Amino acid sequence: MLEKMKRTPLYDEHQKLGGRMVDFAGWALPVQYTSITKEHLAVREAAGLFDVSHMGEFFVRGPQALAFLRWATLNDPAKLKVGRAQYSMLPNDRGGVVDDVYVYRTGEEEYLVVVNAANVAKDWAHLNRLAGDYAVELEDASDAWALMALQGPRAEGVLQTLTDTDLSQVRKNATLTLTVAGVPARIARTGYTGEDGFEIFTAPEDAPAVWRALVEAGATPAGLGARDTLRLEAGFPLYGHELTDETNPRCTPLAWVIKDKPHYGREALEAATCDERLAGMVMERGIPREGYPVLAGGERIGRVTSGTQSPVLKKGIALGWVRSALAEEGTELAVEVRGRALPARVVRPPFVPLGKK
Amino acid sequence: MNVPADRKYTRSHEWAKQEGSLIVVGISDFAQESLGDVVFVETPEVGREVQAGEAVAVVESVKTASDIYAPVSGKVVEVNEALADEPELVNGDPYGVGWIFKLEPSNPAEFDALLGPDDYTKVIEEES
Repeated sequence: MLEKMKRTPLYDEHQKLGGRMVDFAGWALPVQYTSITKEHLAVREAAGLFDVSHMGEFFVRGPQALAFLRWATLNDPAKLKVGRAQYSMLPNDRGGVVDDVYVYRTGEEEYLVVVNAANVAKDWAHLNRLAGDYAVELEDASDAWALMALQGPRAEGVLQTLTDTDLSQVRKNATLTLTVAGVPARIARTGYTGEDGFEIFTAPEDAPAVWRALVEAGATPAGLGARDTLRLEAGFPLYGHELTDETNPRCTPLAWVIKDKPHYGREALEAATCDERLAGMVMERGIPREGYPVLAGGERIGRVTSGTQSPVLKKGIALGWVRSALAEEGTELAVEVRGRALPARVVRPPFVPLGKK
Repeated sequence: MNVPADRKYTRSHEWAKQEGSLIVVGISDFAQESLGDVVFVETPEVGREVQAGEAVAVVESVKTASDIYAPVSGKVVEVNEALADEPELVNGDPYGVGWIFKLEPSNPAEFDALLGPDDYTKVIEEES
């Protein structure tokens, strides 16, 4: 099975570290090295290191790069100065989401769009279709970059040992090029764990040495399992679960992303009514899982899209769609766990306090 | 992978060990390793009559919930109460203090038909 999957430039490092490799969107990646819980807590308390080289990277260049991205994304890249980044989404024309993405302004007329691994082909086709009307050049640089995420309260301290650039001056959502462990890299003060941290882009051939240097400097290698529990505790959506081609972002806690400007699919987005809303739920007993029914008074009023036992809270936490009138914070609902309705309280994510920077 | 010779196994990765007239049931080292950190174990009710192959307990790890099947038919006579507070015993000592339930078997021939350690080792070699 592993032979048919794509390998990231860090595949050999994962093998050496005893990572348990699984198929994620066609890529062989470690779900864990030692224990999801230990790797999760390492990120919350110190620093963890993830291989996220499977993610896609597209460059958008040209005099109309900004105009194009303002049309193709829901957030407003006009707010980005060179060296700044923002979370965003690609809307379709049916009121749904093609993908959620990060947009980095890397030059006066150059933007980097980082997309989910599972959506690279779909996003590439979608953006090229929309780009026809604009003076822009699109480049799929997905195979030209390795990408690591160094996350946790000690991330700055760990990375600082490998670079002369003063990282205390690098703000959240800033991006710049620098030298890390003797090789050229781009970093961004971004991540997907709810902690402070950096994402580090390097040439594929440089990635193993940078990875080893970060581990030697104190970062704990962490796999996809911890990445998923961390993002869920932080209340972040995962495409294919909370966000899909059919889900309207206006009906989620991420509605802040949508800025008031013309964009592709705006009419469809605004026409949809939010019969259901995406809500967070906490359970004192039982572990919610994707697909479990959400109940109110014995009636099915929603479904769990992601659920686990929070390694920090030691309680069941979930994101899920619930009937809008029942999505208010504090509403007492139930999640059906193996035929039993167990109490679940609606809360506003994040489920744990987020890290500072 | 640790496969003690003093007990029998199933293709679904439970182990069954004779203890006097009872059968003690747990999950194999391979199973606990595959599941990862166990955070909850739902044990069956004492007194419940179960059939061989019936889902009777659930082991939940951080990532997933897995059914545990009765290796043989019989009556549940005891469950491991320690797992309520320390589900991680299933990871730490799957063949010892991490046992899950005990059955009073109704058909002794079923136990003899379970996989021996050598056959079970072949099963996990095929799966890994």
